[in-house]
Formats: sequence, structure tokens, C-alpha cells
Amino acid sequence: MTSAPVLALRGVSKRFGAVQALTDVELEVHAGEVVALVGDNGAGKSTLVKTIAGVHPIDDGQIEWEGRPVQINRPQDAQHLGVATVYQDLALCDNLDVVNNLFLGRELKRRGTLDEVAMEQRARELLDTLSIRIPSVRIPIASLSGGQRQVVAIARSLIGEPKVVILDEPTAALGVEQTAQVLDLVERLRERGLGVILISHNMADVRAVADTVAVLRLGRNNGTFPVQQTTQETIIAAITGATENAVTRRAARTAEAAK
Amino acid sequence: MSNDTKTTPPPASSPAVDPRLLQRESGLSGYVSEFVRKVRGGDLGSLPVVVGLIVIWAVFSLNDGKYFAASTAEFIAYYMVGIGLLAVGLVFVLLLGEIDLSVGAVSGLAAAVYAVLSVNEHVDPWLSVLLTLLTGAAIGALHGFIFAKIGVPAFVVTLAGFLAWQGVMLWLLGSTGTINLDDKGLNHFLSGNSYFLGGDISGGYVLAVLAVASLLFGSLSEQARRRKAGVPFRPTSEIVLRAVLLAIGAFGAAYVLNQASGVPNALVIFLALLIVCDFVLRRTSYGRKIFAVGGNIEASRRAGISVPAIRISVYAISGTFAALGGLAIAGTTNAAGQAGADPNNLMMAIAAAVIGGTSLFGGRGRVWSALLGMLVIESINAGLYMLGLTLDIQYMITGGVLLAAVVVDSLSRRTQKSSGRA
Ligand SMILES: Nc1ncnc2c1ncn2[C@@H]1O[C@H](COP(=O)(O)OP(=O)(O)OP(=O)(O)O)[C@@H](O)[C@H]1O
Ligand SMILES: [Mg+2]
Repeated sequence: MTSAPVLALRGVSKRFGAVQALTDVELEVHAGEVVALVGDNGAGKSTLVKTIAGVHPIDDGQIEWEGRPVQINRPQDAQHLGVATVYQDLALCDNLDVVNNLFLGRELKRRGTLDEVAMEQRARELLDTLSIRIPSVRIPIASLSGGQRQVVAIARSLIGEPKVVILDEPTAALGVEQTAQVLDLVERLRERGLGVILISHNMADVRAVADTVAVLRLGRNNGTFPVQQTTQETIIAAITGATENAVTRRAARTAEAAK
Repeated sequence: MSNDTKTTPPPASSPAVDPRLLQRESGLSGYVSEFVRKVRGGDLGSLPVVVGLIVIWAVFSLNDGKYFAASTAEFIAYYMVGIGLLAVGLVFVLLLGEIDLSVGAVSGLAAAVYAVLSVNEHVDPWLSVLLTLLTGAAIGALHGFIFAKIGVPAFVVTLAGFLAWQGVMLWLLGSTGTINLDDKGLNHFLSGNSYFLGGDISGGYVLAVLAVASLLFGSLSEQARRRKAGVPFRPTSEIVLRAVLLAIGAFGAAYVLNQASGVPNALVIFLALLIVCDFVLRRTSYGRKIFAVGGNIEASRRAGISVPAIRISVYAISGTFAALGGLAIAGTTNAAGQAGADPNNLMMAIAAAVIGGTSLFGGRGRVWSALLGMLVIESINAGLYMLGLTLDIQYMITGGVLLAAVVVDSLSRRTQKSSGRA
């Protein structure tokens, strides 16, 4: 990975009132790389995702896109750069049907008006590739099951031409078959040369598809590991902070040296 | 209708379709059973309105045989326009899940602005109309701005507007309190003796033919496109049924109005605006954004929709329709007076939108509810007027109807939640 990362966070910090959710977080995602972001509950993973997606602008630090510093203050900014996000809370409109949710904010048009036919066609193709059974693409999101909603949210991120796809616990509500489909999808995204950030609490899933694991602990980096050369114990230790390990010690030393 | 079996949706072999889905059966029986299922699920649609209208007409006809007459229909068709226009603007606001309490006051103020400009200042009548509508839009945008950017609840902003704009209206009207309007410009078309094609008997039928033809053409061409693209489409029998129902309504209304003096131009303007608004809400991405914000504000924001822009523009639309409604209300008496800002107008406009099926909770509704709701309300008004009931009773009944509409809305929302549709 010699080329500049598509997306890089440099010393990003974010606070909510009295809570310092993120402190000096560093993260790099290259094209064609799957970075797993792991950490305990409340570690700041979703917050990190939301800063990249423009939902919460960062307080400090810098976001770099293809090597240049960029400002991401609004969700539109991230969209224009080519960041597509599946949020943990899904962020779907219950009153709109599946097609309308998939294309929300990016509707296909024909002579200035909505092209419902083309959108419906695309929606069916897309959902077919994720092999999910949805009663109909024209029923409101409110009448879907949790897993079905999650698949709709994932499909939503594939509309448009993203360069980086962020998946915040995309398989939390999914069954065995659908989880496998999502993991396949992640691999397809990597093959297409996209950068992927995958948040998951499931180590097996992480080890199956990720190239790199970045650990967050209490809002700080707690090591970045290449998946192939790292044991599961090391990663879990970094997540829980139970023991120190070589990597964290090295990270601490380099930080010291940089001062 | 035996040939309709060929036009059923494409085979359910596509993996995106769940076999447990209660697929709509082909043809008319499917249409009926789907309708029953929707009503059970709390999606009442226009059902309460239709039932309500029949009950109202029956009750008043039993009380007074003269109620069922062409002149009553003419009365309803003409007098529903003013408040109906306020209700159109309110539908937009209700779709956001918000409320605009200022529409009555803004409509009164708009009439006063128009009167001062066109009568006192001798500005060209059409230019005066334009300036009046811009005033309404600006007032609405101001409410929207205070709500969306400063974060004051819309209820409070528009309540303040309700009082303040009424004050401005009184100040504009001055000591006389009433300014008589000239029969010029838009006011001519909104007045009670202006009829489509001069009241010619063909006028109503021309409109009815246009309506049915455009429904048929629109539905059939959409059906053809969907069929070609391989996505489910409406069966021909359903399209024909809808067209027949519309034809019965449209030709019936044209016939009845022709028994009186014809189709009031005010009604034609109202219907044309309803069609435009329906198009904007259902066929443009702007309309889609309004529904999205009404459904889930945070999801809309994350989808890249500028929520403040939508809110401000929707309040501007509401203000514009309030101004237009004010001109129509002034047109009924050919004068701008202190009664223009009658708070009863506000209540009736809200009631009309809700009775017509637009939810107070946001994200669900159609502009046609302004028309349906006003039909109900003006049918009641016409009946009470005939029975010579006094204002106190009228207020009590209007209040009761509004309450009933809100109760129906809340109950249907509850049913929709429990059957997973809200
Ligand atoms: N909008 C907010 N306002 C205030 N505090 C917040 C907000 N969002 C997150 N936080 C705080 O930031 C911290 C990190 O939360 P975050 O949601 O990022 O955790 P997470 O790593 O995604 O956890 P999980 O695995 O449970 O999803 C928590 O302490 C949380 O309370
Ligand atoms: Mg999270």
C-alpha cells in the first residue's frame, strides 16, 4: 500500500458536552482495503463514523481525502467526496417505501420528474444481488423486519458511485445467510477497488474479510494490526485493554519520540 | 373483464418477493380485497370522508328538502375555495409534521394589502396580486426561518404571527375597517359571478372530459412503461374502474353545477392548483424531500437533504396559499374587511386538511384532502345556513367535526403502527 490513502484521519478529536468521545484518532483507508474498526461498547466507533460522514463535524484534527485536506461539515460534503455510510441506527424514513428510501437524496429523474420505474428496476436488481426477501419494494419501511431494514440500509450505500463505504455493524441483525452475503459484498467492494471501513463486534467476521484491524479504546487509538499476522488474543487484549502488548508499547514509544 | 387475467403483475419468481406476501389478486376482486385490507390496517384513505359526506347530505336532506338542490352545490363549490386554498398550504406544513396557525391572519392581511395597493394606491390589479402573493411568501418564509434556523417551535412562531399579522391588517385597513374591491384582475375571476366559459353549458363538461382523459392517458402510459420495464403495474380493470369513478364524480358535478349557473372560475383555479401541488408532491424530488423530512428528520439530514431549506420553503408555500386564499375570501364579498382574519377560517382550514386524510403527525397525506375536507365542511355550513342556525351552534359543530377528524387520524395512526405501516 504505497499510494496515498483515499481517506485518512489525522489527530481527530470530538467532544459532546462533557464527554470526550474521540481523542487524537488516526485512521487510514486505502483503495481496495478493508479496515475493521473494533472496540468495546461506547469506544467511539459510531462517533468516528459520523465525523467522517459529516453528521458530527470534527472539533480538532484533519480529514484527508486522496492526500488533500478536506472539510466535512455536512452529510452532503461526505456524499460529494464519495463516502457512503450505513449507520448503526440505519436512518431510514419509516413512512417512505423501500425504493424511495434507497434513492432518498439521489433520486433518478426523467425530464425533471422522478423516474419511479427506473428506480424500482434498479432497486429490485440491487436487492436481488443481496439475496434478501422483501415482500415488495413498494411497501413502507415500517413494515419490514429489523434485518430487512438493515439490508435496505446496506443497499442504499451502494447507490451512487462511492469510493469509501462505511458499514457500522451491518450484520448485527442479520441471519447466517444474509451475514454471509454482506461479507461477500464487502469482498466484492474491495475487488472493485473501494475502501471499506467495517465495524463489527464479531471477530470471526472481522478476520474473514478485513485486511487491517484498527482498535479504538475509550476514544483513543489502541493499535492497528494487519489481520493475517495477528492473533485474535492480541486484538481482544487491545480492545479490552487487559494487557499491554508489543504494538501498543511501540505506538506509545513513537508518540513519545514525536514530542 | 375476462381478458384482464393477462395483465396481472409479472410472475413472483423474482427472489426479491417474499412468498408470504399477500399478493394482490388480479382484476377487480383483488382491488376490493386490497382495499379491505388497507382499511383494516388503518390506512383509511378517503373512506371517512365519503361516509361523512353521505351522512351529512342525508341528515340535512331529511331536515330540509330544499338542501338537495343545484343551488346548494353551487354554494358549496364556490365558498369552499377560499378556505380550501388555506388548507392546501396547510397540507404542505402538516406533511412536515408541523402546524401553521398564522394562515388565517395572513389571509386577512393579504386581502388588506391587495385592497390598499389596488384601490387606495391604484397599482395595476395583476401587479397588486403578485405583490400580495410575495408578501404572503415572505411572511411564511420569515416564520419558517425563525422556526428552522433559530429553533423556536413552529407552534409558537405561528401563534405569534396569528396575533401580529392580524394587528398589521387592522392597521392597514384603517378607521373605516373595510375597503371595497374593484371587479378587476384576479378579483374578477374570484368573485361570485364569474363562471368558466362564461357559464356556458359546455364548460363543466369540457373540464370533466379533460380530467377523465388525462387520468386515463396518464395511467395507461405509466402502465405501458412499467410493463416494458418488467416491474409490477396496475391492471387495466383497476385503471378503468378509477376512470369510471372519476367520470361519475366529474360529470355528475358538471351536470349539477350546470343546473345552477355553471362552474365558478374560483373553483377552476382551485382545482388547477391542486393538480399542480399534487404533481409537485408526488413527482418531484422536492416533494419527496417534504415527505422524507416529515418521516424522519435525522435520516433526511443524513441523506443530504437540507432540512432548514425544506422547512423555510414549505412555510413560504403555506404563506403564499394563505395570501391567495385571502384574495379568494375577499372575492366572495368584493371587499377586504376585518372579518378577513376570522380565526374560524384557520380552524376550518386545519379541519379540512385533517378530515381529508392528511395526518397531523407528518409524512402522510395528499393535497386532495384540502378539496375533500372542504366538501365536508362547506356541506355542513350550507346546511346550517339553510336551517338558519346561529353562530354559536355553527362554532360548536365545526369544533366537533375538527375533533372527530383528529380522533380518526390518531386512531388510524395507532392501527397503522400495530400493523406496521407507520
Ligand atoms: N450525540 C451524542 N451526544 C452526546 N454523547 C454522545 C453522542 N454520541 C455518542 N456519545 C458518546 O460518545 C461515546 C462513544 O459513543 P459511540 O456511539 O461512538 O460508541 P460505539 O463505539 O459506537 O459503541 P457501540 O459498540 O455500542 O455501538 C459514548 O460515551 C457516548 O455516550
Ligand atoms: Mg456504535
